[in-house]
Amino acid sequence: MFLSVLSIELSKIFSKGRSYIGFGAITILVPIVQAAMYSEGEAYFSLFTQGLQQQFSFTGTFLNGYLIAFIVLQSLLVHVPLLVALVAGDMLAGEATGGTYRLLFTRPVSRHIIVLAKYCAALLYTIGLIAWMSILSMGLSLLLFGPGELFIVSNSITVLQQQDILWRFFWAYCFGILSMGTVASIAFMFSALVENSIGPIAMTMAIIIVFTIVSALDAGFIKDVKYMLFTNHLISWRLFFEETIPIDRILLSTWVLGGHSLISFLIALYIIVKKDILS
Amino acid sequence: MDKAPIIEIKSLCKMFGQFRAVGNLDLTVHKGDIYGFLGPNGAGKSTTIRMLLSLISPTSGEISVFGKSLATNRNEILRRIGAIVEKPDFYLYLTAEQNLRFLGKLSGLDIQTKLIHQALDQVGLLDRANSKVKTFSYGMKQRLGIAQALIHDPELIILDEPTNGLDPVGVKEIRELILRLKSDHNKTIFLSSHILPEVELIANRMVIINKGSAIIEGSVHDLLNSGMLTVSFSVDDTQRSQQLIHESQLAQSFLGITEHHLLMKLSKERIADCTSYLVEHDIAIDGISSTRSLEEYFLSITRS
Repeated sequence: MFLSVLSIELSKIFSKGRSYIGFGAITILVPIVQAAMYSEGEAYFSLFTQGLQQQFSFTGTFLNGYLIAFIVLQSLLVHVPLLVALVAGDMLAGEATGGTYRLLFTRPVSRHIIVLAKYCAALLYTIGLIAWMSILSMGLSLLLFGPGELFIVSNSITVLQQQDILWRFFWAYCFGILSMGTVASIAFMFSALVENSIGPIAMTMAIIIVFTIVSALDAGFIKDVKYMLFTNHLISWRLFFEETIPIDRILLSTWVLGGHSLISFLIALYIIVKKDILS
Repeated sequence: MDKAPIIEIKSLCKMFGQFRAVGNLDLTVHKGDIYGFLGPNGAGKSTTIRMLLSLISPTSGEISVFGKSLATNRNEILRRIGAIVEKPDFYLYLTAEQNLRFLGKLSGLDIQTKLIHQALDQVGLLDRANSKVKTFSYGMKQRLGIAQALIHDPELIILDEPTNGLDPVGVKEIRELILRLKSDHNKTIFLSSHILPEVELIANRMVIINKGSAIIEGSVHDLLNSGMLTVSFSVDDTQRSQQLIHESQLAQSFLGITEHHLLMKLSKERIADCTSYLVEHDIAIDGISSTRSLEEYFLSITRS
């Protein structure tokens, strides 16, 4: 029965116009970044590395498909949460708004199964979105710019050899799925709390903004607890591009994000199972 | 011989905070009944129906359906129930056929297109099977609501205001459909309605609830034929007729008098006595009609 309900939920997601906003936005956004880098990339890269070029000797071009894919991945924190929340936030609230809880919950399927199927459908949607982003950003960028070494400047300068990159991207995308899965879980939890679809989206984005600001503060008690805020770990995919991968930090991020996801799901489940359907 | 009880509600109570929506409600619906569930707005009808369908949980009391406790056999019971609860809401972005297919699937059936078309045909929506529900009028959604309640061939059908929003032709069609479901398929129907003459026309048993409790329960026929009726006599001399009836003290009260009609309150047994008395006193009677309606009964019961 679970698979039946899951297939229904996926069909419902892909029958709604709003579900294609995310795919549409990525389909537009990624080629725009690629086109901009294609025409202005060299100049931009020179400007960006101006200081470094005085100290180091650069040979060849670092502007390649991998670098473009890396730049696109950075948008995970900024754009994709909104696109994910748009669908995940509607999973339960949409039923309340439409009055269709009554249709769903008068069928011989337990509420546990329905909520679990909806949650899995939201996660599958998130996976689809990240997969589409990876295909477009990686596939198309490699076609347009070709492969090469990956040049990353953060706290230090890292140059990754061409044969050492692809697997890092694979794990980075997997981690991106975990990050956005957490955002989807939080939107899903808010979706169980309210009876309109806008609320969960606004609340999720508000939480991300507030936690991100709090994460940037170094004052007193915040310093001690901020590692527990999920926003601190959303960009941990970058750790896969360090020379030596810090497994312990990746595991911590995985635990924090996984924990947030699980708790959000359990809260949503509890609310819906106990809920009196009055709408 | 008594028919098997399909629904048994005992001491059902639902509190929303301090507000008692349903209190100490008892009722029994038997197999093959068309059971009218009546009550004014806020009487607790929808809350009761929602508890029957496990949409809300009772504060106390017991609900048994098909002889099994709803609390412990929810899925098994819901598989055998088809229902409309209040407004007919659907997934507006799906077609009528897709909606029915999904809902059938949720009921544990692999619904064939033929069955879906059959259900849509039953409610006159076959030609709109592939239209998105967002293009449907309220009445069409109501018909689709009935189709989704029937799609998995349930034994018990719970209909909450099923003719809301339908035009007179639609009301008649749904009434006939309900009667057919009982006569041809021996379905049990639990019908909540505000359209009292409709309940009067199709229900065999009914309960009237007010403030969450049952006021009266029984056969529609017995309930309507007990107590006082409003009887209209069409006579040639209304003044003299009124005087005669007054002298005889057969009628409890006069409600009105026109040129040819005399309207009075009478018990059913007294109609024959009055008729004989007037005829014996050379009053020509053209017609007699009793106008005891469920509406009148309902109002008198709920007001009292």
